[in-house]
Amino acid sequence: MKQILIALVEDKPGVLNRIASLFRRRNFNIESLVVGHSEVPGASRLTIVTDEEERLRRNIIRQNLLKLVNVIDVTDVTDLPCILREHALIKVQSAGATRGEIAALVDMYRGRIVDVGMESLVVEITGEPTKIESLIDVLATYGIIEIVRAGKVAITRGPQNPTDNGNLHLWKSSRGKASQDKARWKGMTV
Amino acid sequence: MKSAKKMLSGAEIVWESLIREGVEVVFGYPGGANLPIYDTLTAYRDKIKHVLVRHEQGAAHAADGYSRVSGKVGVVMATSGPGATNLITGIATAMMDSVPMVCITGQVAKTSLGADAFQETDITGATLPLTKHSYLVTHVEDLAETIREAFYIARTGRPGPVLIDIPKDIQAAQTEFEYPTEPIHLPGYHPPENATEEQVDEMVAMVNKARQPVLLVGHGVLMSDATKPLLKLMEIANIPASTTLLGIGAVPASHPLNLGMMGMHGTASANHAIQEADLLVACGMRFDDRVTGKLATYSPDSEKIHIDIDASELNKNIRVNLAINADLATVLEQVLPGLKNGNRKEWLDRIAAWKSDAEQRDAVNLESDTLMGAQVIKAIWEGTPDDTIIISDVGQHQMLEVQYYRHEQPHTLVTSGGLGTMGFSLPAAIGTSFHAKDKEIWVIAGDGSIQMNIQELGTAVQEGANINIAIINNGYLGMVRQWQQLFYEARYTETPISSPDYVKLAEAYGLTGLRIDRLDDIPAAMAQARKVKGPVLIDFVVEQHDMVYPMVPTGASLDEMIRRPHPDKEESKTA
Repeated sequence: MKQILIALVEDKPGVLNRIASLFRRRNFNIESLVVGHSEVPGASRLTIVTDEEERLRRNIIRQNLLKLVNVIDVTDVTDLPCILREHALIKVQSAGATRGEIAALVDMYRGRIVDVGMESLVVEITGEPTKIESLIDVLATYGIIEIVRAGKVAITRGPQNPTDNGNLHLWKSSRGKASQDKARWKGMTV
Repeated sequence: MKSAKKMLSGAEIVWESLIREGVEVVFGYPGGANLPIYDTLTAYRDKIKHVLVRHEQGAAHAADGYSRVSGKVGVVMATSGPGATNLITGIATAMMDSVPMVCITGQVAKTSLGADAFQETDITGATLPLTKHSYLVTHVEDLAETIREAFYIARTGRPGPVLIDIPKDIQAAQTEFEYPTEPIHLPGYHPPENATEEQVDEMVAMVNKARQPVLLVGHGVLMSDATKPLLKLMEIANIPASTTLLGIGAVPASHPLNLGMMGMHGTASANHAIQEADLLVACGMRFDDRVTGKLATYSPDSEKIHIDIDASELNKNIRVNLAINADLATVLEQVLPGLKNGNRKEWLDRIAAWKSDAEQRDAVNLESDTLMGAQVIKAIWEGTPDDTIIISDVGQHQMLEVQYYRHEQPHTLVTSGGLGTMGFSLPAAIGTSFHAKDKEIWVIAGDGSIQMNIQELGTAVQEGANINIAIINNGYLGMVRQWQQLFYEARYTETPISSPDYVKLAEAYGLTGLRIDRLDDIPAAMAQARKVKGPVLIDFVVEQHDMVYPMVPTGASLDEMIRRPHPDKEESKTA
């Protein structure tokens, strides 16, 4: 099973570079990495998928990420119930005759056709990575011109936010008023 | 109490901030991109000392050496481009050995960044994997807080080097200055919490149950100031301890439970004990390959406890039964009350047998008429007080130092462990001399190592650094030659190395230089060196072909040591 990590990082220059450099240096393999804004202003959320199978090695990857000063929190959600989604745009060869057929297939996959040309279609699909693979296989018979995939994003099921532990709370509440959080920083004040 | 804010330049803020961080000495070199910082130094001369090195690598090693003996954060300054890149070996050395350091580099003006301007280099990018953290300051308003954060990050948790790159226009820009006092806000930086009660109980139970335990003592014991609780643990539970290279001094050499160093050139008794142990308690060490030998056969029958302040070290190289991510001194204090007095006579007797066997088999012939490197180091040990600081370089002489200089006190050996940086010792010793002003300081270097940063003799003379430099001169890159002899059929490719006339060189630089090739002359030379205020260099011309034994070849198990060949027999490979 792939390892899925959710990381919350400070939105500062070079943070992605630090993460990429860490994976390269430690010889960890990134299968997919997606960055975007999170629910917290100033903090970006990453979903990192690695090919590491072994539990202790997975923890080492997480601990190394946590060592980066700009990484606020990292949760390994591999074993948590979560929704994993990938987004893809697929350009397929299609002159008049096959359009209806492709449209029906795309509909079965709950995808959408977002562009129609004289000789091609662009299909948009969101779903579990296996579903996207499956659609690509099916569309291959018509001739695929181009594929772009957006990498995997994950969110856990249920009311909790796994990254919303003390660190995140601190991050939210202390922006601009760090001194009020003195009690939380026991042992860390200078 | 609120003081009125004053307007200062970025350059002035650098000095003001360093002074507030308690910095007494800075090692550096000026250049185009840090001129504003150097220009404002004049106003702070009475509060802070600047040492002009001869090469920026020397500055980094000097700050490193200073930090290792003082426990303070070492501070380095360099200009942009080549100045900054010259620091890299020193930064990597500090990173591998967890030495707290703040490096302040000048950078081309913000407006020129990315334009391949004169002496521009992406130093934060280049040092990214070699630093604990790094900053490129883009607003003068952030400068004071950045410096404060850098010191905090450098010295807390597992210490390490932090780099601050400051563009020249930021150094010149003015802002209101008040050194921040509120708690540092680093939401992603968490030095570890204490061990849980369950972990402490489990550790106590494992130690009490063990019949053949060994403590593995690393640099973390010294950095966490845990030598006292460690000794208590050893003595209460009657557990022998072996140190890593950087753990030397944490346990007095003369302590009966001290097994000496472990690993590739460790003592045979330590290596045998580790392999036969039923419990290893690893304290602030990281199971480096020089320490473990072949991982698959490392201490096969032992349960393992690993205590380290860096969570990413736990279960990295060696899988352990109990991993504790906490400050070492605190954990050791917590386990002490639960420990039972261990009767381990049988175990200690076995170790004593290995020890006496090894002493006979591996020792250098100290009666030799030709001067041996080991004889020189032993003579220096005999002639110096226990609080002497030895800064050893990297190579055969470094391993001989470990074997023949017996360190009784913590922080008395400074050496480059993890990175194995040749050329470390002379500049590092200059750094230590700014803290340990009342102690004897001895550099022990090979003729190869000393030539790697020989230019720092100039710094030593200019500063009147009170250091003694012992060159163990065998005309070879000895450790490489040893590998060539053992593993490359004695093809000594590019390992014979010539030296300048060190006595003349010393004179040219303006320091006292001596040459010794007889054992009997050493005490007199040392007495003469002691009389001289300032640096002294002694060129010890020694036997050329001696090897360091025992040796665990790369890829072999820890107990598969090559032992010193018997004078009458072929070299013997044995356990």
